[in-house]
Amino acid sequence: MNENTIICRCSDVTLKQVRDLINDGYVTYDEIKRITRIGMGPCQGKTCGQLVMREIANMTGQNIKDIKFQTTRPPVVGVKLGLIAKEGKKDEE
Amino acid sequence: MKNKAEVVIIGAGISGCSIAYNLAKKGVKDIVVIDKSYICSGSTGRCGAGVRMQWGTEMNCKIAKKSIEFYEHANEILEYERDVEFKQEGYLLVADTEKELIQFKKNIELQNSLGIPSKMLTLQEAREIVPYLNTDVLKGAAFCKKDGFLNPFKTTDAFYRAAKRLGVEFYTFTEATDVKVENNKVVGVETNKGYISTNIVVNATNGHSKRLSDMVGLDIPVYSERHQILVTEPVEPMQGPMVMSFGLNFYIQQSPEGSFIMGRGDENEPRDLRVTSSWHFAEEMAKTIEKVLPPIMQLRMVRQWAGLYNMTPDKQPIYGKAENVEGFYLAVGYSGHGFMFGPITGVVMSEMILGEKPTIDVSMLNLNRFKTGNLILEPSVV
Repeated sequence: MNENTIICRCSDVTLKQVRDLINDGYVTYDEIKRITRIGMGPCQGKTCGQLVMREIANMTGQNIKDIKFQTTRPPVVGVKLGLIAKEGKKDEE
Repeated sequence: MKNKAEVVIIGAGISGCSIAYNLAKKGVKDIVVIDKSYICSGSTGRCGAGVRMQWGTEMNCKIAKKSIEFYEHANEILEYERDVEFKQEGYLLVADTEKELIQFKKNIELQNSLGIPSKMLTLQEAREIVPYLNTDVLKGAAFCKKDGFLNPFKTTDAFYRAAKRLGVEFYTFTEATDVKVENNKVVGVETNKGYISTNIVVNATNGHSKRLSDMVGLDIPVYSERHQILVTEPVEPMQGPMVMSFGLNFYIQQSPEGSFIMGRGDENEPRDLRVTSSWHFAEEMAKTIEKVLPPIMQLRMVRQWAGLYNMTPDKQPIYGKAENVEGFYLAVGYSGHGFMFGPITGVVMSEMILGEKPTIDVSMLNLNRFKTGNLILEPSVV
């Protein structure tokens, strides 16, 4: 695969960036996330997560099932803050 | 893993990495840093990414000013190949009561006397900096141009990499399970990966500092409070400074990559070390921001998270050593501002451990102050 392939579409992270970090000792999803912002965008790693975990598994000789993914955080999809505020004010009415 | 070290630092956030870097730079060999998770996994990596000089106590002002002066040159000093992303566009503090304005004036007097270029702003002037600020709900503002945004992950990474180049060893996913003491002296650290014998242990665990101090029978007057943050999708640059209010309990800034980061605390939180997220927070946060910065309501929240403030009674950190346990040092209790104090934490702790003359005299931040009751309260914390 071309190493310039973007594997995180939210934060424009390439396969090469991920491989370079793994080679440099950043061998967990969370460490790679904190340097590249992978998994921090609107998709929350739903697109790139499996790809990054596969790279870690391949390059460190581990089984992908042993690779830990990031903490799943709310919300599942982006929600407008205005809607959240409106919902929050319902109790006050 | 090494089974012997000169110094073992527990906690690999900004404090632990900065202390390790400074000790190594001064020539100490055999430094080990352990963390129960990955580098920057605790309070540092969960913080609001802001750094400011606008504080209300002399100690906090001095430490913050020196730290920010370091951060201005952090990429060069630490020879960092990435970028710590320091965006120095100020903190705009807004007040919604006259009482808070009086506090601002007092703080600014102190800040100016220490060389911090903060000033009061009229609401008109505040709107010139943030045009969509709803000044109808506000009474006044304070501003310091030197404050700003700094990337916590990359800043910690910069200290970590610099320390590593100087020979410091980092063991991640290595949890301290006990600190061994014999004849009132530290003799070693038991971890889930093995034993390291050492005569110097630094507690740099912040959120978990009480638990770690308990291991040597030292009761420290801190507790941890969950604080939460949410972040929006990235948009074009539209807000230079951090906008913050102590009275309204919020801070909000736009990061260089475009997303808005906003957070607040809740002193009624149960003190149980949880770092899970709550929907209640998101609602309260959105309601508050709607009042002060209405256009932000058009943005989508994409994620939220939480971290721990390690609170002291006076909201100033504890830099010191245990009186009755030789070799046990504390760099904890930042009350929400450990990241911005990182550079000076490393400097003063390394000087304390090596018995050198301090760059900044932080002796009044020792553990004894809580016994003597000699407390100077920091009034300006969100």
